[in-house]
Amino acid sequence: MIPRHLLLSVSTMLALVIGMGVYARHVRQQARELETTTEALPVAPPASGPTETVTLYVADDASGVLRAQSAKIPLPGGRQQRAEELLRALLRIYQQPGAAHPLSAAADIRSIYLIDPGAAVIDLNAAFADQHRSGILSEQLTVDSLVETLAVNVPGIHRVQLLVEGKTRETLAGHADLTEFFDVQTVSQALTGQ
Amino acid sequence: MPTTNKILASLLASLTLLSAASSGGEKQLSVYAPVATYTLPVLDRSGHEYVGLLELLEPLGRVSSSSTGPRWRIRYNAVDGEFLSGKTRCKIRGRDVDLPAPFLVENVRGFVPLASLGMLLPRFLGAAVNFRESGRRLLVGDVGIQPSFQLESGPPAHLSLNFSAPVNPTISTEPGRVRMVFKRDPVISPGSQSTSFANNVITQATFSENNGVAELDISANTPLIASFGNNGKTIVLMTAPTAVPNVGTPGAPAAGNAAPPSQAPGTPSTTGNGLAISRRPVAVVDPAHGGEERGAALTDTLAEKDVTLGFARLLRHELEVRGFSVLMLRDGDSTLTLDQRAGAANGSRAGVYISLHAVSQGNGARVYTALLPVEESSKGSFRAWTSAQANALATSKAVAAAIVGAMQKTKLSVRGYPASLRPLNNLLMPAVAVELAPGTNGVADLGSANYQQQAAAAIADGIVSVRDRLGVLP
Repeated sequence: MIPRHLLLSVSTMLALVIGMGVYARHVRQQARELETTTEALPVAPPASGPTETVTLYVADDASGVLRAQSAKIPLPGGRQQRAEELLRALLRIYQQPGAAHPLSAAADIRSIYLIDPGAAVIDLNAAFADQHRSGILSEQLTVDSLVETLAVNVPGIHRVQLLVEGKTRETLAGHADLTEFFDVQTVSQALTGQ
Repeated sequence: MPTTNKILASLLASLTLLSAASSGGEKQLSVYAPVATYTLPVLDRSGHEYVGLLELLEPLGRVSSSSTGPRWRIRYNAVDGEFLSGKTRCKIRGRDVDLPAPFLVENVRGFVPLASLGMLLPRFLGAAVNFRESGRRLLVGDVGIQPSFQLESGPPAHLSLNFSAPVNPTISTEPGRVRMVFKRDPVISPGSQSTSFANNVITQATFSENNGVAELDISANTPLIASFGNNGKTIVLMTAPTAVPNVGTPGAPAAGNAAPPSQAPGTPSTTGNGLAISRRPVAVVDPAHGGEERGAALTDTLAEKDVTLGFARLLRHELEVRGFSVLMLRDGDSTLTLDQRAGAANGSRAGVYISLHAVSQGNGARVYTALLPVEESSKGSFRAWTSAQANALATSKAVAAAIVGAMQKTKLSVRGYPASLRPLNNLLMPAVAVELAPGTNGVADLGSANYQQQAAAAIADGIVSVRDRLGVLP
C-alpha cells in the first residue's frame, strides 16, 4: 500500500514536469518566430529625406574611365548620413547584374567619418575588399569612383582615406595603395588627364 | 625595424654569395636561351659533374617534379621524364635514354650528369642546343653571338670587334693584353680559337670558354682604350693617348656607354693601364608579387607572380641587348615587401624602374605612373617617403608615354593611367608599372612567351627612345 502523501507528491511533480515542458515548447516557438522576423529585416533601413539629384562617378572597366551619371536618391539631412547614402547608391549600381564594374553583393560601406578640416574616412566592410577583383586598373577605378563621387557631392572634402573594417589595409585587393589619404584634387586632375 | 633589417641583410648576403659564386671558385653552368640567361651551380659527385634538372628547365617553361622512393619524375610543358636514383637508364617522352653516369636524387632534387645535357635537353625542349661542355656553357636555340675582327693599322692602330648582337663584357687590362669577359652574353668562337694580326701594336685575339664564361683576350704592345658603338654591337680598341679621355658622361646616348656588370650598377669606371670605360644606364626590373604573395589568380592554375617573373626575364634580355645593365629585384619565387623593393631600387641609383604586373581582365597592356598621395613636407635634404617620386614624376610620365607609343606600334592595345600603386610613390628615379592584360587569344596569352616577348620588346624600345632623359643619380 502506497502512502497517500507519497502519491500526492509524485502527482504534483508529474504535473509540474508536464507544465514546464509545455511552457518550454511555447518559449522556443516564440524565439523561432522572433528570429525569422529579425532575418527578414533589411540590413540598412532605407534613407528618408527629400529626393535629390546627385552625380555619381561610375567606373567602366572596358573603357577604363569613370562616367558621370545623374541619379535621384533620397538623402538625409546630416552631412555624414548623406555621404553614406550617396556611396551606397553608387554601390548598388556596381552590384546590379551585368554591371560595367562589378562588385560583390556582400560589399558595403560600414560608415563614413567626416573629419574637419576637409578629410573623409570611408570604412568599407571586409567583403568589399576581400571579394574585390585583383588588378591595378580595376582597384584604382573603385578608389577613384568613391573619392570623386564623395568629393563632388559633399562640399568641403579635400582628402579621403579608405579603411577596411575600421583598420588601415595595405592594398584594396593586392594593388591600389590604401595606406595614405587620397588628395581629391590630384585624383580629379588624373581623371581629367591634366 | 629589426626584422626588415635582418631580411635586407640576408638578401644582401645572398646576393653577395651569388655574385661571389658566379665570379669564380664554384663550378657553374651558364645557360643562354631566348627567354632567359642564367647560371646554375655544378656539383661534383663520384668523379662526375651534375646539375639540377628542375632548376635547369624552370626558367625555360612550366615545370614540375615529384618523387616516390627512388623514382623521380619531371614534367616540362607536356613532356614527361622518369628517372631512377642511382640508375643510368631513364625514360623521356616514353623512350629509354642512357645517361653517361647514374642519376642522383639529393633532398628530393634530381641531378643529371652534365655530360648528358647535349642529349637530354633537345628531348625535353624540342629545340636544338649547343652544349659546350668544357666551358660549361649551354646555348638553347640560335642565340649564339659570333664576333668578327676588323683591324686598321692606323695610326693610331685600332681593332673593331663586331658582334651579331649587343654585348656587355667586363673589360680589364693586364700588361700586354685586354681581357673581355662575357658572363651574360652567348658569345661563341669567332671561327678559330686564336687569330693573329699583321700589326706590331695589336697582335692577337684569343677566344676561350671556362666555367660558364667566355673570354676574349686581345694582345697588344701598348695600352689600349675601349669604346662601345653601334648600340653595343661594336667594341673598338685603340692605342691610348697620353692623357686618358673620359669617354662617358651620365645619361649620354647609347654609343660609347658601357660599364662592367661586376661593378655596382651605374658606377663609372676607369680601369688601370689606360683603359677608360664609360658607364651605361641601369634599369631596375621588378616582377611584382612573389613567394607567399601570389598576386591575382589569372586562371585556376596561373598566378600573377609567375607571369610577372617570366615577363621580367624577357624584359631583362630585351633591355640588355639594347645596352642597359639590368637589376632584377627578384629572379625566383621570393617574397619581398614593397618597402624592400623601394629600398633596393633606390639604393641601385638606377636610371629607370619598371614594375611588371598581369591581369586577366581587359586586353593589351596598361602603363602606370604614380598617383601621389597628400604630400608630406620634406625635411631638409630628406624626402618624404610617400612622395619620394615627386621630383621624378615628369620623367616617369615621359617614359610611360614612350612605352605606350612603342606598344601602339606593335598593335598592342595600350593606355596610360596614374595609379596609387606602391612602390612607385617611394622611388627617387623615373618609375613606371606595366600591367599585361590578355591579347587576342584571351587569358592564354598571359602565359605565352611570344606574347610576353612582344610586350617586353616594346617596353625596351620605349625606354631606349627616352634614354637621354634617364640620368644616373648622384
